[in-house]
Amino acid sequence: MSFRWGDAEDDDYGLEDVVPSTQIVGPDEKGIKIITEWRKNEDTGKLSKLITTVRVKKQVKKMNPAVLQRRQLSKFGDAIGQNASDNFTVISIDEITLERPRTDGQTNKQDENEFAALQGAPGSNPSLVVCRACGKKGDHWTSRCPYKDLLGKNLSFDKPEDDVPGLPSAASGAPGKPTSYVPPSLRGGAKREGDSMRHGSRDDSNSIRVTNLSEDTREQDLQELFRPFGNISRIYVAFDRETGLSRGFAFINFVNRDDAVRAIKKLDGYGYDNLILRVEWATPKDK
Amino acid sequence: MRPILMKGHERPLTFLKYNRDGDLLFSCAKDHNPTVWYGHNGERLGTYRGHNGAVWCCDVSRHSTRLITGSADQSVKLWDVETGTQLHTFNFVSPARAVDFAEGDKLAVISTDPFMESVSAIHIKSVESSGLQQGSIKTFTGPTGRINRVVWGPLNKTIISAGEDTVIRIWDVETGEVIKKTDKENGHSRAITSLSLSADGSHFITGSQDKTAKLWDTRTLTLLKTYSTERPVNAVAISPLMNHVVVGGGQEASQVTTSDRRAGKFEAKFFHKIFCDEIGGVRGHFGPINALAFNPDGRSFSSGGEDGYVRLHHFDPDYYKLQ
Repeated sequence: MSFRWGDAEDDDYGLEDVVPSTQIVGPDEKGIKIITEWRKNEDTGKLSKLITTVRVKKQVKKMNPAVLQRRQLSKFGDAIGQNASDNFTVISIDEITLERPRTDGQTNKQDENEFAALQGAPGSNPSLVVCRACGKKGDHWTSRCPYKDLLGKNLSFDKPEDDVPGLPSAASGAPGKPTSYVPPSLRGGAKREGDSMRHGSRDDSNSIRVTNLSEDTREQDLQELFRPFGNISRIYVAFDRETGLSRGFAFINFVNRDDAVRAIKKLDGYGYDNLILRVEWATPKDK
Repeated sequence: MRPILMKGHERPLTFLKYNRDGDLLFSCAKDHNPTVWYGHNGERLGTYRGHNGAVWCCDVSRHSTRLITGSADQSVKLWDVETGTQLHTFNFVSPARAVDFAEGDKLAVISTDPFMESVSAIHIKSVESSGLQQGSIKTFTGPTGRINRVVWGPLNKTIISAGEDTVIRIWDVETGEVIKKTDKENGHSRAITSLSLSADGSHFITGSQDKTAKLWDTRTLTLLKTYSTERPVNAVAISPLMNHVVVGGGQEASQVTTSDRRAGKFEAKFFHKIFCDEIGGVRGHFGPINALAFNPDGRSFSSGGEDGYVRLHHFDPDYYKLQ
């Protein structure tokens, strides 16, 4: 239906109330299709014209006729009467990637030990002592961690209720504390939050900021770039919410401070994707 | 990639097989009903009802008309692929472990387990529509323990078998002699769980509980490559498109509950076929991977796990850029 000026004039309502219908021209021999849409802004009453040019492309997929025929087969066996709501086939919600292996053999070995330890295999260190501060297994307890100062984690070892999860604080009988129930998130001076709130109390002391990244740098690229320096606990690439493009900076949290130091030393001023990276501590040192 | 999860089986998967066009995927599991799925979207097309035990293996004819399944109910059944009707049943005195159609689909090779007083054996049966009968054309015995896989060699002149006795044997079909077998030096040190031929049949890969997968030449049985992993290997497959092999496995099912998911190593691991270095892993299963199969076009692969799921993965475009 095309819009005619004369018709509008005769009607009771004004010209501005009529929104012309969408016109589609094409696709022509080059596959170009032009869509002309009219839109009216409800608030201002202004009419705007939107022209979209689209190239229509036909993709031909060659298929064996036998395959085509098999697509039309009727269901048999238990599949009779099944419908989409039965959920025999669902598409995974998780995006699964082909995870590249770690570049250094060291962690692989560590992983293997872990595997062996969990299996209780002889020959390997069967200890299940895990340091919560640095993540080392079988070496030392959390309170004896030689790296605890470096990590700057707020671990308080003098409070037993902090170290023994599930132990009611009343049992420890800490002086000056009410003997009522204290949720785990508030124990130990409320400095440490629960696991689910990890992002609120993230340890940013080993965090480095990378700026002057190219727009198409992804998390995976940074993983590849920074992984050789040591264990990474988090990578965050800032994306523009509207355009979906990288905003050119990222944060990387290392597990060990030494690794972060080395990464800064090595990669500050490093040429990456035609740009010169700037790598620095994310937070001022004195903070 | 977003895998397609197919939940039709109620028990652990045992085997996966694509037809030659790659549009149908056959899955066998420890429940009694082999199932066929569409290879492009994972829609269930049908199930083959009739077995009364775990189904260990299957094969589909070249033109996707007939399916052969070997089951622990001591029978091997022939099915019409498109309707799910049973065409014939071969009965044995022990569970059938592996089946394979010969080139031309006139013969099939079947391996049976040692059971009661019968020993493990390899049977050759005629599966021509006119010549269906109970008797075996040939029966070979010799290996101890289960024969987990039997496949036909080039031109149906040989049969390759592998199983719990860790030895890969190449049999002469005419005489029933073992022409070649692997020795202690090259061969696997623990039970061989899987065997998969390359697209052209010139080489094949075996997976073993000794945590390695090995690539062999089909004619000479020379060891070409060894891929080592850190878990027992239950399933192997060779990509028909890329120089990749994929290896799946994990802890034995009986030990799974003793460790967490990460330590169980339940990913499908990709290795470079020639350089033997690890390319990557695809996670997702909650238990060990028991079966792997590549689509013959090499653009998707599926894995079946102890968790009862089949996961169908269509590769992302950047997969093809991997070296």
